[in-house]
Amino acid sequence: MTETTVPVTTRKDWSSDQEVRWCPGCGDYSILAAVQFLMPELDVRREDVVFVSGIGCAARFPYYMNTYGMHSIHGRAAAIATGLAMARPELKVFVVGGDGDMLSIGGNHLIHVLRRNIDVTVLMFNNQIYGLTKGQYSPTSEVGKVTKSSPYGSIETPFNPISVALGAEATFVARTHDMDRQHMMEVFRRAYEHRGAAFVEIYQNCNVFNDGAFEPLTGKANRDDMIIPLVHGQPIRFGADQEKGVAMGTDGRLRIVDVAKAGADNILVHDEQHDRGLGFMLSRLAKGPHEPTPIGVFRAVQYPEYGEEVGRQIATAQERNGPGDLAALLRSGATWRVD
Amino acid sequence: MADTAARTDPKQIERVIIRFAGDSGDGMQLVGDQFTSASALLGNDLVTLPEYPAEIRAPAGTLAGVSAFQIHISDHDITTPGDAPNVLVAMNPAALRAELGRLEPHGTVIVNVDTFEERNLAKAGYESNPLTDGALKGYTVFEVPMTSLTRQACEPLGVKPRDAERSKNFFALGLVSFMYTRPEAPTIEWIKAKFASKEKVRDANLAAFHAGHAFGETAELFDHVYEVAPAEQHPGEYTNINGNTALAWGLIAASRLARMPLFLGSYPITPASDILHELAKQKHFGIRTLQAEDEIAGIGAALGAAYGGHLAVTTTSGPGVALKAETIGLAISLELPLLIIDIQRGGPSTGLPTKTEQADLLLAMYGHHGESPLPILAPYSPAHCFDTAIEAARIALEYRTPVMLLSDGYLANGAEPWLIPDVDTLPDIAIEFATAPNHTDADGNPAFWPYQRDPETLARPLALPGTPGLEHRIGGLEKDEAGHVSYVPEVHEQMVHVRAAKIAGIARDIPPVVIRGDAEDAEILVVGWGSTWGAISGGVDRVRALGHRVAQVHLTHLNPFPANLGDVLRAQRRILVPEMNLGQLARLLRAEYLVDARSVTKVKGLPFTAGELEVAILGALDD
Ligand code: SF4
Repeated sequence: MTETTVPVTTRKDWSSDQEVRWCPGCGDYSILAAVQFLMPELDVRREDVVFVSGIGCAARFPYYMNTYGMHSIHGRAAAIATGLAMARPELKVFVVGGDGDMLSIGGNHLIHVLRRNIDVTVLMFNNQIYGLTKGQYSPTSEVGKVTKSSPYGSIETPFNPISVALGAEATFVARTHDMDRQHMMEVFRRAYEHRGAAFVEIYQNCNVFNDGAFEPLTGKANRDDMIIPLVHGQPIRFGADQEKGVAMGTDGRLRIVDVAKAGADNILVHDEQHDRGLGFMLSRLAKGPHEPTPIGVFRAVQYPEYGEEVGRQIATAQERNGPGDLAALLRSGATWRVD
Repeated sequence: MADTAARTDPKQIERVIIRFAGDSGDGMQLVGDQFTSASALLGNDLVTLPEYPAEIRAPAGTLAGVSAFQIHISDHDITTPGDAPNVLVAMNPAALRAELGRLEPHGTVIVNVDTFEERNLAKAGYESNPLTDGALKGYTVFEVPMTSLTRQACEPLGVKPRDAERSKNFFALGLVSFMYTRPEAPTIEWIKAKFASKEKVRDANLAAFHAGHAFGETAELFDHVYEVAPAEQHPGEYTNINGNTALAWGLIAASRLARMPLFLGSYPITPASDILHELAKQKHFGIRTLQAEDEIAGIGAALGAAYGGHLAVTTTSGPGVALKAETIGLAISLELPLLIIDIQRGGPSTGLPTKTEQADLLLAMYGHHGESPLPILAPYSPAHCFDTAIEAARIALEYRTPVMLLSDGYLANGAEPWLIPDVDTLPDIAIEFATAPNHTDADGNPAFWPYQRDPETLARPLALPGTPGLEHRIGGLEKDEAGHVSYVPEVHEQMVHVRAAKIAGIARDIPPVVIRGDAEDAEILVVGWGSTWGAISGGVDRVRALGHRVAQVHLTHLNPFPANLGDVLRAQRRILVPEMNLGQLARLLRAEYLVDARSVTKVKGLPFTAGELEVAILGALDD
């Protein structure tokens, strides 16, 4: 191929011929649309993009993208993507799955793909329920959740996915939601452009088994008062008139304050590159989607990317020892001749 | 001083089996390895059997902490580390107690007499001193004060006595090297290189080695020394190799021959970790290794790399295979090339992690869900691991399938001289990847169907991500030829049959079995697989030497079996199948060919000896 510029494409080029088979009204549709609308805007060819997924409703995603894709097994997409990204660093690898897939059965792979800083974009659809298996509580379901497998209410403390990702040393951590295509596209673009592992939690409505889980937050009428947009370098303010903000108390805790009372100068300025835990504190601000919740980029820092480091070690080894010589390798121990 | 040894000429012996045993901190493996190298350089044929204690930090001086290294050196072709050792070097009472039972009757015992004091005797569970209470009656015993002589030898160097004592294994090495007329120079060179960065340790080891050698020469203990002449070997260049290194090198060779980079996803587990270590070291071959977070991630990452066009491998032992089972199923469904290497050990569960067994054959064969056949191969000797790695890669690539390679702890750590192959004569195993559409869809547009197969091999085309125009999705759901998810009952049934036929068809592409021994009119056929080859060959030869007609078949390909195996089996009067399990191959042969295959089994964590199989074969002849 001698072409160097990426051909102009539209959403249609990125959509496969497969009929999309999520329940009508499922939040997954709007996430798919946001990705398909975004791809033509990115400087990338279809053949260089791979979507890898595990099992679950969200994991159907690769079938609908006209790119390379693998629908694998429950929980293991991050591990498979790790090998693919290491082997082929020039590819753009996405990992797509739900909260059960990534935080329950695949929890180990998720934290390790993040800590290693593998160059993949992880899109975790969080609907706080098991959809494909028809409605059991998930590792992000709230305490008290009544489901088929928790008829008396869940007694399990849910994961806070943003805290988990930050705790796993993820270099890019963000949250968005399925009711705001523009925000999704912006966050996905940032995640895609990040070198290293990018983790995006997407609040996604499962209208069949957990309808309205995020309604208090993402409902049109509630957004102004409940969604706290994080913008790098800007004071963290929200409300219809930006009248509310996040401030740090003298006890070191973050609180939601009335800007007028607290004084605009005392409102915390968001810093994605803050490496001392601001992102983590922000991730703890809301106990769940029933309280004002930050969305946007919590952390975006540059650390060495794994595949690049692997390549560097190989290059160094080759500089030192030359490219591998098989005949010499077989003689690298003590040898003797028999005549 | 009288030089007894010099007065008598060395006594020529055909072969000798020496067993070094001591505490795991005594460096027995190190001196065993070096004794092996010196013997290999002399041109002896040899086979080794290292045995490690299972516990890393067993208390010093206890039976649980005993580490041993057995070497069989010979002036002719040998295949096993030997049945009963002729010589036991015991560095402490625990080593004597743990190992004495293996020694041949009237064998030679060399003990470090300094350690035979009350505390150590008690730790070994001796109520009285076996050196004085008659327990060693019948053996030839040499009591050598190795610790104190080593200390003395190191004194002029200014090494602290405690540190000096650590070199006593080199004293033992020097002594045994003298007894068996091993050349000193290679060992001296090796010590200098190995401990180059630690001068004090180097000098202490050298002093101890010399002292051991000199002790042999001067102490009038030995009537004569022994010489084992070089074995007749094919001309060429040799090196000494163990199974894990041979496997690692075989994988590197396979990646060269396939013109694909090598990728290893692995989680540390005994006795497979050395393959990870070796490949991690050889980065200049462009090898990528991932020490994964768990066994599942190890195979997952390998599968991802396979999808990306690398020669992908995961290495493990039995418990790890169990964890990888689901991903093996995915690889079978995706039809991607992948090598799963199982260095078998005693099971179930943690079992005997440092001991050998062959009990994962049925796991390899059936240990995944659904109808999911895959090819299985097993090397028969340490050096054969090299060829088997290449053959496994060839099959995996050609047929787009995961392949299971079953080695074991005995092959992994055991070593033998290896005639280094000419790399130009190794087979080309490269495959072609798809670069253009292979189908026209209903609208007349070119399309890529990922499961439209080669009519002969039934292999599907592989289009690597990054190939323009061939974008497609694959997955673990059942699919039709076009690659589209399909729940149509007939499609599933057809795909199950096609996947099975693809693996069965490999039988056309592997060598037929060759009968060793008496091909015609044998009284009995002995069938084996894997690491038992050496012991079976030894047993067969002994029974033939007694005048019986015995045929031997040793299988490298365990699924599918070679095409002529059924005919070979059905032509036999008796079939005996020795295995280090409770009869897994025998069960497969019976099921597949309806023949009366009888089992000989051993599950002690130790390999068969040729003697045991001689007895078993003779016993079966009586039936
Ligand atoms: S079950 Fe829920 S998450 Fe799954 S497709 Fe239906 S609505 Fe969407």
